[in-house]
Parts: sequence; C-alpha cells; structure tokens
Amino acid sequence: MKSLILFLILLTLWLLMSGHYSILIISLGIFSCAFCVYVAKRGKLIDDEGLPIFFIPRLLNYLIWLFKEILKSNLSTAKVIINGKVEPETFTVKASQVTDVAKVTYANSITLTPGTVTTKMQKDVFEVHALNSDFGNDVRTNEMDNKVTWLEGKK
Amino acid sequence: MELILDIFTGICFFIGSLSIIIGACGLIKLPDVFSRIHAAGMIDTGGTAFFILGMVFQTGWSLITVKLILIGVFIFFTSPVTSHVTANLARQKNILPVGKKIGKIL
Repeated sequence: MKSLILFLILLTLWLLMSGHYSILIISLGIFSCAFCVYVAKRGKLIDDEGLPIFFIPRLLNYLIWLFKEILKSNLSTAKVIINGKVEPETFTVKASQVTDVAKVTYANSITLTPGTVTTKMQKDVFEVHALNSDFGNDVRTNEMDNKVTWLEGKK
Repeated sequence: MELILDIFTGICFFIGSLSIIIGACGLIKLPDVFSRIHAAGMIDTGGTAFFILGMVFQTGWSLITVKLILIGVFIFFTSPVTSHVTANLARQKNILPVGKKIGKIL
C-alpha cells in the first residue's frame, strides 16, 4: 500500500518535471519510478518515517498557519535588526510528540520561523536560541508544540 | 491585466530584496554565530518566498509555475536543516551563546 503511494508520488513528480508526454518518455518514467520503489523497499525505507502519510489530512491547515507565523516573525526580526535591540536568550523546551518525524517537524518549524533556532536536541528536550524575549515567549507558550502534536494526530 | 501582474511582481521583488538587504545587514551587525543564523534564516524564508511569488505572477499557469513552487518547497525543507547544523556544530565546539540562559541548558 505504502509502496503504491510512493510510486504515485514519484510518477506525478516525473510527469510534472519532464513536460514531454511521448509514450517512450512516459514508459521510461514508469520504469525508473518502479525501480526506485523496488530499491527503497529492499532497503526497508518505506515506513512511517520515510513516508509520513499520517501528516497529509491536516497538512494544509498547518502549512497555512506556519506561513502566517513565518511572515509575522520575519517582520519582527527585521524590526529587531534595524532597532538593534538584541538580547539573545537560550532555554529548553519539551516536545510532546510521539514519533521521531513529528519531533523533527517541530524542530524544523522552530528553526524556520526567523528569530528562533533549535541548537541541540536530546530525546524530547530541545535547546532553543531566541533573538529576543518576545520570540522566546512565542516558543514557550507551546502553541507550536500543540499544533504539531495535532498535526501528528496520534494522541 | 498584464500591467497589474507586473505591478504585483514589482511589489513582491521589492519586499524580497528589502528582506535580503536587512538580512545581510543583520549578518554583519549581530553579535555572535547564533544571532547571525537568525538573519540568514530571514534571507532563506522571506527573501526566497517573495521572489518565487513574484516570478509565479509572471509565468501564470504552466509547468514552469510547478517547478518554481517545487524550488520553494525544497528550499523550505532544506534551509532549517543547514541552520540547525551550523548551530549544532557551534555548540559541539563549546561556543556558548551570548546573553542570558534560562534554566539548565543541555
């Protein structure tokens, strides 16, 4: 089942990237996608971590929220750089996700919003560096943590 | 119609280049490695996102739009990884960030 989904994703990507729709090219595409799926299956890469399909139903909602956050914090980072009011702080937060993929998604989301960077992680504790106490408070309210846990949908 | 699209492209390019210039200033101005990563992250997200949006207005609906969006998606997935690797390497070399530390850090 998962191999079929991976095959369809790869084939869609091939069709979108190539732009040539003759029978030869498409059959070559199908052949190479099937070969990739075979190699991935042999290497036991097709599991929840390699292909996190449990994200998909709530992904769009989460991405819209994330883009909004990125835009907001881009604006405040620009303000901080222009004002020069830099008071960096380092602290730890706890991640409440179950799977490793969701933890990585949370850490990546923290890093992706300018103003906060995940510098280290140990099991479920992240060390976060923030440019300002405002950015730090944004992470410490655990709003993003709750959103990613909701995106994971395992609790 | 084309004029409106051109104006939108211009606005997007303006915002994108503004955020890249501010990010570049931040790279020079901010005090240490960890703070400078924030400025680089601003270039990665704000700059590229607005530039790609501006180019999407020019191409309209075609395969090139899909490719542009894919470029954006891949930058979106890879840029936090590079930021994290830079920060993590600095921490492994025992460079401590300036500023206050709240609680016990790892």
